[in-house]
Amino acid sequence: MALLEVRDLKTYFKTDDGIVKAVDGVNFSVEKGRTLGIVGESGSGKSVTCLTIMGLNNKKNTITMGEALFNDQDLLRMSPRRLRDIRGNDIAMIFQDPMTSLNPVHKIGNQLREAVLLHQDVTKKQARARAVELLKAVGIPRAERRLDDYPHQFSGGMRQRVMIAMALINDPDLLIADEPTTALDVTTQAQILNLMINLQKDFGSAIIMITHDLGVVAETADDVLVMYAAEVVEQAPVEDIFRRPHMPYTWGLLGSLPRLDTETERLVQITGQPPSMLRPPAGCRFNPRCPYVMDICKQVNPPLEQVTGDPGHLAACHLDEETKDKEAAKLLAGALAEAS
Amino acid sequence: MATTADAAATEKARPHTGDELLIVEDLKKHFPVTRGIIFQKEVASVKAVDGVSFSVRDGETLGVVGESGCGKSTMARCVMRLLEPTGGRIVFEGRDITRLSRASMRPIRREMMMIFQDPYASLNPRKRVGFIVAEALEVHKLGTESETKRRVQELLEVVGLSPEHYNRFPHEFSGGQRQRIGVARALAINPKLIVCDEPVSALDVSVQAQILNLLKDLQRDFGLTYVFIAHDLNVVRHISDRVMVMYLGQVSELADRATLYREPKHPYTGALLSAVPIPDPVKGRERKGIVLEGDVPNPINPPSGCRFHPRCPRFREGHCDVDEPPLNPMGDGHLVKCFYPLERWPLTEEEFRSPGRQAVAG
Repeated sequence: MALLEVRDLKTYFKTDDGIVKAVDGVNFSVEKGRTLGIVGESGSGKSVTCLTIMGLNNKKNTITMGEALFNDQDLLRMSPRRLRDIRGNDIAMIFQDPMTSLNPVHKIGNQLREAVLLHQDVTKKQARARAVELLKAVGIPRAERRLDDYPHQFSGGMRQRVMIAMALINDPDLLIADEPTTALDVTTQAQILNLMINLQKDFGSAIIMITHDLGVVAETADDVLVMYAAEVVEQAPVEDIFRRPHMPYTWGLLGSLPRLDTETERLVQITGQPPSMLRPPAGCRFNPRCPYVMDICKQVNPPLEQVTGDPGHLAACHLDEETKDKEAAKLLAGALAEAS
Repeated sequence: MATTADAAATEKARPHTGDELLIVEDLKKHFPVTRGIIFQKEVASVKAVDGVSFSVRDGETLGVVGESGCGKSTMARCVMRLLEPTGGRIVFEGRDITRLSRASMRPIRREMMMIFQDPYASLNPRKRVGFIVAEALEVHKLGTESETKRRVQELLEVVGLSPEHYNRFPHEFSGGQRQRIGVARALAINPKLIVCDEPVSALDVSVQAQILNLLKDLQRDFGLTYVFIAHDLNVVRHISDRVMVMYLGQVSELADRATLYREPKHPYTGALLSAVPIPDPVKGRERKGIVLEGDVPNPINPPSGCRFHPRCPRFREGHCDVDEPPLNPMGDGHLVKCFYPLERWPLTEEEFRSPGRQAVAG
């Protein structure tokens, strides 16, 4: 039994211009102790997927369908009260921007303590001790003294550590990290990623890592979900995504990445912009930007299908497997040839 | 003391051949920290840029990397004379522009432009795209109204937008398109030098690739010279001919691209390189990174000796924290500010931490 099982999740937003399908039929599951990476461009629906699971969308203009089973209970149909118990306790979230996700007028010690006191029956003193313990675990020097500091007294990397400490303070089973390192320098990013990997080893939590950086995915994830225009277009164990990508959009993402281990004169670029989700293109949603587009792509949206030979690898594309294997091999051969 | 020595080292390593478009010597920018409301008294200074020397040749791209707070943006603003440097010299096309008045700077400003990081904040939301791109042309009184309009539409096409976008407002564009507008604006007056301050940091990888390719094409077509600032080593490597690594207001390493990425000499460069995630699950995970601890120190009170010593895995007590290493030439214009440069690359973690006996004395 998976820790979190998401089935046919749909999130639609009612706007003045019509209905925006921000998430449109997403399926995935996360096991205990594993990391799922979700990649895609801005606006592909990766953050909305997680906000929906956490029940953090504005109820007034949101239509949610499908199921999100967490330990066999559907998060989408849970009473707000029960959901509040789970949120921050069993499921925790780290947001992208450490500058804006801490309250600037409260000392971080109080913010951390609040998280403990809300969910556990402990004294203030015990809560404070727990806060110190976590700050130490995330590598903040002089933790006892820093409890009385305000968020502005921390640097970006340190603030992100405080966020992680706050997320982990109740030993969550599932940690959702929405671009946790995007706003940080590479050195700090390496510190934070190492920290998350080590904490996962110690605490055994499952992690959903949302990012647009394939490098981060390669280093942290066990399974990868590639999202484009509100849908999952490819899903596979991390080795398979990088060894045998089976969808032109994934090729585009891999090709547009300047990398340290290879030398390329010119980056492969995905032309154009992601489509407006008010009126997504007919057929495959990637077809207007796809260099391999065929007639069928403009009419029928390809289903997510099993890739022959790779168990657990799903891709949504009309191209025949032979062409896909050939193109994937070409992309990777290019990377390898230039590396040597 | 050491900084003048650095300048001398730069001179030695790279004699001026006359084709340098921009020469920066011992550039300093100190921001005063004051106390008091009426009688402001300077109590300290933030040494944002503290003795930086480099040169950029005509038609090349100099990449500048470093963590936040290392002074790379301040350096760029000083070069553009948007900030008054505290000390040092900036020579543009053979002319010292460090102390020029606003009026005498004006013709020089036609030759240098800047592209900013945030495509959301760097375009005036109340002006139409046509006006934003044309503004520099109008300021410098280049061309009549109809010529200007034609030029702007041409520029929009050059950067991959449609001429019909002329009358739109910035909010009607996506981030990548806005950055294209920023590029069109920088190109308007045919500058020689464009200083790009983190132009792709705020963009998605796919859009980032589009903008990087565009900048490369424009350089080829118009013979532009770039100073390209970024904190992403992958991006810098992709676009630069030479790369300068900055730490706490100083240059720690300067080399041509191939050398810097193949054989970095400064431990800081090594640490930066090993911190970059590699998009390959096998290669990426078996590689042992040197993870730097802590943050960039406070530039009000920089560490003694080598400024990198509190975070350096090769730190030697009694040497690194006492003497400031000079910028040593390593041949081929490769400069390294370190007493114990890396012997080779890649190193194992242990080799990284224990420098060989052969200390390069300053």
